[in-house]
Amino acid sequence: MWKWLHPYANPEVSYHFCGKLIPWLSALSLLLLSTGIVWALAFAPADYQQGDSFRIFYIHVPAASLSMGIYFGMAIAAFTSLVWQFKLADASAAAMAPVGATFTAIALITGAAWGKPMWGTWWIWDARLTSELILLFLYLGVIALHSAFEDKALAGKAAGILTLVGSINLPIIKYSVEWWNTLHQGSTVSKLGKPSMSVDMLWPFLFCFLGFALLVGLIICIRFRSEILTRNSVRPWVKSLVAEHTSSSKVAENK
Amino acid sequence: MQFESFSAFLNMGGYGFYVWLSFGISTVLILALIISSLMGHKQVIKNIAMRQQREDKLRQLRKQRNHTKTNATKEVTQ
Repeated sequence: MWKWLHPYANPEVSYHFCGKLIPWLSALSLLLLSTGIVWALAFAPADYQQGDSFRIFYIHVPAASLSMGIYFGMAIAAFTSLVWQFKLADASAAAMAPVGATFTAIALITGAAWGKPMWGTWWIWDARLTSELILLFLYLGVIALHSAFEDKALAGKAAGILTLVGSINLPIIKYSVEWWNTLHQGSTVSKLGKPSMSVDMLWPFLFCFLGFALLVGLIICIRFRSEILTRNSVRPWVKSLVAEHTSSSKVAENK
Repeated sequence: MQFESFSAFLNMGGYGFYVWLSFGISTVLILALIISSLMGHKQVIKNIAMRQQREDKLRQLRKQRNHTKTNATKEVTQ
């Protein structure tokens, strides 16, 4: 497996590999998301208790679980970079942070818009909500650290330490609904083995979830490529790539 | 189809404001993220190209200056 993985440790190979993934990811996520969202909004049955307000679920839950998943990925990248001094891992962590922050914000905002009609309040200092808010602050701290240092290796180290310390928040978010008495409902989808949802509601959810996951992959690929270029700007392959790019854009302008 | 008319669809059983607020804000945030990522990629390439041009110019200037300097010292020694 190491032999197979080895070439991807090369920034140039990773750059081109991500470039090849981008069209596939865009097409698949567009297909899945458009199907899933239309299904969720117009065809899924309304909830017997929450009526049509439950349709917010189809954005809220994927965004919330992806916000934690991206953080988990970022923590693995930070660990790899700190232990094995693997530079590409820093680049990938820097690429993930803004995406994770956006999805955390989406989870919080859609949660507020769902909480208002169901609980009667936009916000409450409940364990689940507060720990998710802390996740947003952790993401913002990581983004700030990545851009605070001119030296990218130093920035990656500082951000990596914050990421690893902050990963204690992940189990807190996950189990907050079980450990404490909270207003937030328990999980419906990921109950091991048997999701407690009707199949008519579950299918559009799976489409939305997978669509959002691929979308996250797509945006991370785009950002990862930029990070690779900034970190390798003096390498000959980047120079020739940039020269090629600028000459082709000049030709386009002249036309 | 769960709704009988388009206005019922927009109304979302009375929860229209909250549902469309959630979907609207999410769409805006995701689009902003995608656009900023794509623009950021272009910006990175532009920055590298600019720095490269500056370095090339500096290198040329230095070469010229060295050239004239060596000529000057030659004249002095002669």
